[in-house]
Amino acid sequence: MKENLIISVSPHQKEKPTTPMVMRGVIYALIPAVIASIYYFKLRAFLLIIVCIAGTILTEAVFQKLRRKTITINDGSALLTGLLLALVLPPSLPLWVGFLGAVMAIVIGKQIFGGLGQNIFNPALIGRAFLMATFPVMLTTWIKPGIFDAVSTATPLSIMKFDKNITSTLYLFLGNTGGSLGETCAIALIIGAIFLLIKKYMDWRIPLSYIGTVLILSSVLYLIKPAQYPTPWFHLFAGGLMIGALFMATDPVTSPVTKKGRYIFGVGCGILVIIIRTWGGLPEGVMYSILLMNAFTPLINRYTVPVQFGGRKK
Amino acid sequence: MRLKTFKQGIHPGYYKRLSENEPIKRCPFPKRVIIPLSQHTGAPCKPLVEKKDKVERGQKIGEADAFITAPVHSSVTGTVKAIEKRPHPGTGSFKAVVIEREENTEEKEWEKGQLDLQNISADDVRKIVREAGIVGLGGAAFPASVKISPPKEKPIDTIILNGCECEPYLTADHRIMLEYTDDCILGLKIIMKTVRAKRGIVGIEANKMDAYELFLEKTKDEKNIDVKLLEVKYPEGAEKMLIKALLLREVPAGGLPMDVGVVVHNVGTAVSIVEAVRDNKPLIERVVTVTGKGINNPGNFMVPIGTPFSDVIEAAGGLKDNAAKVIMGGPLMGIAQSDLGVPVIKGTSGILVLTADEIDIEEEVNCIRCARCVDHCPMYLIPTEYVRFAKGEAWERLDSCHIMDCIECGSCAFVCPSKIPIVQYIKLGKLALRNLESKKG
Repeated sequence: MKENLIISVSPHQKEKPTTPMVMRGVIYALIPAVIASIYYFKLRAFLLIIVCIAGTILTEAVFQKLRRKTITINDGSALLTGLLLALVLPPSLPLWVGFLGAVMAIVIGKQIFGGLGQNIFNPALIGRAFLMATFPVMLTTWIKPGIFDAVSTATPLSIMKFDKNITSTLYLFLGNTGGSLGETCAIALIIGAIFLLIKKYMDWRIPLSYIGTVLILSSVLYLIKPAQYPTPWFHLFAGGLMIGALFMATDPVTSPVTKKGRYIFGVGCGILVIIIRTWGGLPEGVMYSILLMNAFTPLINRYTVPVQFGGRKK
Repeated sequence: MRLKTFKQGIHPGYYKRLSENEPIKRCPFPKRVIIPLSQHTGAPCKPLVEKKDKVERGQKIGEADAFITAPVHSSVTGTVKAIEKRPHPGTGSFKAVVIEREENTEEKEWEKGQLDLQNISADDVRKIVREAGIVGLGGAAFPASVKISPPKEKPIDTIILNGCECEPYLTADHRIMLEYTDDCILGLKIIMKTVRAKRGIVGIEANKMDAYELFLEKTKDEKNIDVKLLEVKYPEGAEKMLIKALLLREVPAGGLPMDVGVVVHNVGTAVSIVEAVRDNKPLIERVVTVTGKGINNPGNFMVPIGTPFSDVIEAAGGLKDNAAKVIMGGPLMGIAQSDLGVPVIKGTSGILVLTADEIDIEEEVNCIRCARCVDHCPMYLIPTEYVRFAKGEAWERLDSCHIMDCIECGSCAFVCPSKIPIVQYIKLGKLALRNLESKKG
């Protein structure tokens, strides 16, 4: 009879998606944002994206080669980190600075912790935070969208913060404003997120609680003093909230594994964003809100372990 | 109508069409049977026969002196050839009685007897069920006599007859429900009477509408028996999930269904109980689904216990050339076999043959903590932590996150995009914890 039967442990039937497929799915979901960034910021955007992706992939390969580990650049995670990093950088950034950010994202954001799945902080945001600390001026210099020349401008949030002027919601929605490559066009990001939700590559709890918290808190502020605080819509679509809530905070590695924990994570991010934007020294707080909540993830996991089936609440 | 179900769980591909319309056929008697002395949860049996002894079909050949155990019987008439360690489909290898069948013998069949439900006593039923070696036929093979002997302080109000058959591919229970409907219901009544339960529920998944309608029709005059339709979801047929879905009761962690006043029996077990009580027939054969894309003629077979897998596969037209994996049970909890000489045992609900293109042994990659396992675990556990702690050999921490409550249904590994064999790590962790416990003494 039959020889060489395959032996493996149960289950013998598995769902199709693999981790590289999920990574690729997120990359596909970012394509609308990539197109929007190239549409608004032209060749600069394109080159910065290429350089950042090259930076992350190259760094990952070199790091793993040096540590004599299996090179895993094919899993798509390094590419995704590079892409996400580029999308949260200003379009006028010199390419070498973008490259440096990419190197740092992989080295101190990911590989130093042991690679994929082991890191505490979102690697792309670590790359950006590093650049923010090192080249603060470059990271806060913005150019006007839609034209080939670099004409400097300010982001809607800094216009709001320092000049008390509000950019129209339609502009914010379409992305025709100053800002990082991929953050300006809210509609492109939302299209991508809907794709991820349909494919079940993303859990809805973090985006919902994050955006919901920002919506509620900004509404409260607006209702108290409409003259002083911007509309809730402005908070939702200005700055990095959409890319942060839909693509950064949802990074599975650095967000809680429990359902309750994911709500807490999102609410925490939302509160921090409103605090930083309203009372902080910086116009934008999405990056720090997510990095701070990343730090709380292990703690949140520990305190939100669900009561097991048939277990008793203590 | 909203179907009853539990929280979380998975929706695998079911592939039941392959065999669900195939009536139960008799698998020919093999030349020899291998009857392991342990086919159940509990104490293994000691042989009651010796080499060269003549045995009759239905004769008891192994027994143990314990509460949780079940005797074994010969499924053929013949001569004991050996009592030795043989490959076992569940435990690798175990001591078994090998019986060579006498050629050209007319094997005994049991006539349908008469049963007066009013005049049987609970103790008689328990004795008969115990003597007949009946165990749960859903796969776990827990001795049925134990289940119908709840202690006095744990009154049972409801008996659930489990007709979910939530494992993909398997259709044995489905066929039993269609072809032995009356016996299923009679079995339920016997069990209800034995444990003095007031209520009986038959739970059937919504992918077996024909069985559901048949049961509705046959129980329409039964005041105490309800037939309920359940959502098609895995693991709907796991005892704890089923009780939750039907009665909204949660079996306490580490507890048994009887702790919430319930006893669950598989439909096949109920039929075996009827055959034992009414016809005096021990458990010597069972319905096995032989299926999968790697088998020529998938179907459902009445197989004598102890028949080698190879004979059963032959009865189903043999393996196709691209057959690559043979599994005892369904694809989610079944056990892959390396040797087709292993016998069908009391817990063999199916023999599933997968083809080479259905099996992709993907390499395990790093966990990305996507928490799909957490979101699908029917026991509300955190499987990703078990992998982490098992890899780090942090056994005590496994205990503190309730690894022992895991029912090993495999939902976590089914959804894992990193293809981590989570169930394997959990089994390893449980074993290590048990070893630690026994060392502590």
